[in-house]
Amino acid sequence: MNIFHTLFKTSIGKKIVMAVTGFILIGFIVGHLVGNLQIFSHPDKINEYAHFLQSLGPALWLVRAFLLLTVVLHIGVAIALVLENKAARPQGYAGQKTLKASYASRTMRYSGVIVLAFIIYHILHFTVRITHGSEAYPQTLLHGEVVADVHSMMVLGFQKPLVSVFYLISVGLLSWHISHGLASMFQSLGLRSRAWSSALQKLSVVFAVVYFLGNAAIVVAPLSGMVKVQNPALLTSAGQPCSTDCQVCETRVAKN
Amino acid sequence: MNVTLRVWRQKNAETEGRFEEYEAKDLNPNMSFLEMMDVVNEDLTDKGEEPIAFAHDCREGICGTCSCMIDGKPHGPEHGVATCQTYMRSFNDGDKITVEPFRAKAFPIVKDLVSDRAAFDEIMQAGGFVSIRTGAAPDANSIPVPKEAADLAMDAAACIGCGACVAACKNASAMLFVSAKAGQLNTLPQGQPEKDKRVLNMVATMDEAGFGNCTNQYECSAACPKLISEEFIAKFNRDFTAASVRSWFAAKAL
Repeated sequence: MNIFHTLFKTSIGKKIVMAVTGFILIGFIVGHLVGNLQIFSHPDKINEYAHFLQSLGPALWLVRAFLLLTVVLHIGVAIALVLENKAARPQGYAGQKTLKASYASRTMRYSGVIVLAFIIYHILHFTVRITHGSEAYPQTLLHGEVVADVHSMMVLGFQKPLVSVFYLISVGLLSWHISHGLASMFQSLGLRSRAWSSALQKLSVVFAVVYFLGNAAIVVAPLSGMVKVQNPALLTSAGQPCSTDCQVCETRVAKN
Repeated sequence: MNVTLRVWRQKNAETEGRFEEYEAKDLNPNMSFLEMMDVVNEDLTDKGEEPIAFAHDCREGICGTCSCMIDGKPHGPEHGVATCQTYMRSFNDGDKITVEPFRAKAFPIVKDLVSDRAAFDEIMQAGGFVSIRTGAAPDANSIPVPKEAADLAMDAAACIGCGACVAACKNASAMLFVSAKAGQLNTLPQGQPEKDKRVLNMVATMDEAGFGNCTNQYECSAACPKLISEEFIAKFNRDFTAASVRSWFAAKAL
C-alpha cells in the first residue's frame, strides 16, 4: 500500500494527517507567541528579531510555503472528514444525548473556520500590512539601518479596541480549538494510554489557557497603556518633544 | 407503573418511517425494557395491529443482539448495561420514552427498531480471526501468554458487537468495535503473525462499509454496555500506523 493511499484515503490515515499537521501548527504558534512576547522587552529586541526573520530571504519563503502546505492539508482533510462523517449518518436521531464529548470537541469545525478568517486578517494586518494606513506601519533606526518598527506597529495596532477585541476572541477560539486538538492528536497517533489520559486532557487545557493568557497579555498591554509607543520619531510627531529625562524612552534617547 | 412510548415505526428499508405513540400500562418496575416491549406487542397483536419489531436474543447481556436508542442513548439510561438488562425501574412513572433504531449508513434499518449490523460481520471476516491450529486441550497452555496481555485481551474480548459505539458516535464511526476486535487478537502471541494484515484489512473493510471517522470524543466507550475503553482505539491507531509503515517498505511479492 502506498503512503498517499494510507494518509489520504483511509479513515485513520486522515486522522494521522490532522494530528501531524496540528502538531506542526501548535509548534508554530508557540514559537510565534514566544517571539511576540518580546514586546515587553526593549523595542530594539523585537525589531531586531523581526528584521532577522525578514532578512532570511528564500529560507523565510521556504518556511512560509511549508506552513501554508500544513494549513491547507489540515483544512482540506478536515473538510473531507466532516463530509464523510455527515454521510455516515444520513438520517439523524430525534434526540441524541451527549455522554462525554467536550463542548470544544463538538465545535472544532466552527472554531476552526473563525480562526481561519482571523489568520487571513492577521496576515493582512501585520505581514502584508495593508489593513491600515501607512501611519500604522512606522519605521525606525536599528544599528544605523532603517527597519520596520514592529514594536510600535503592534502597539498602535492593539490600541484600537475593535481590533483588540477581535484578536482576543480569535485567540480565545484558537485556544479552545487546541484544548481538544492537543489531547486528540495523541489519541490519533496512538500515544494516549489510560495511565496518562486524564493528565493529558488536563495538560491540554492548561496549555490552552497559558497560550491564551500569553497572547491576551500582548493584546491587552498596549490597549491598557502598559506598553507604549517608544519610537522617538512617532512621539515627536504626536506632540511629545524628546527630552533626556523623558520617562517613556529615556534609554533610547540617551543611546541615540 | 405507566409509560408512554414514542417508537420509530418503519415498514422496511424502502419506506419512510415515523414516530408513533403507545401507552404501556400497569407495568412491573422490575420488568426488563424488552419484557415491557413484549407486553406492548401482546396488546398490539390482540388489537390486530402489527407488533413493533425489535432485535433480541439471549436477554442476558452477552449476545449483542438487542439495540435501540432509548431517550437518545444506546441501550437506555444506565451505564454499562445492554437494553435487555435495562429495567423499567430506571424510568419514572408517567415518562415519555423515545425509542429509535441504531442509525448509521452502514446499519440500514430492516424494520422498526431493527438495524442490519451485517457490516460488523464483514469487518470480522476481514481480519477478526487467527488462522492457527488450535491442537488438543494441552496445547492451549503451550504458548505462554503474559498476564497483562491476557487481561487486556480479555477486556477487549468483552465486546459483544452490539453496535452501540456506532449508534452513539456523532460520526457513526465503528472504531471502538474494530479496535476491540483487532486489539484482542493483536495483544496475544497467537495474533502476531497476521497482525499487520488484520489491521489493514479491517480498516479497509470498515471504511468501505461507510462508517464515519473517529473524532476522539469517546461517546462510544461511554455508551458501551461492556465499557470497552477507548484505549483500544489508541492501540489500534498505533498498530495501523506501524502496519502501514511496514507495508510501504515491504518487499514486493514474486
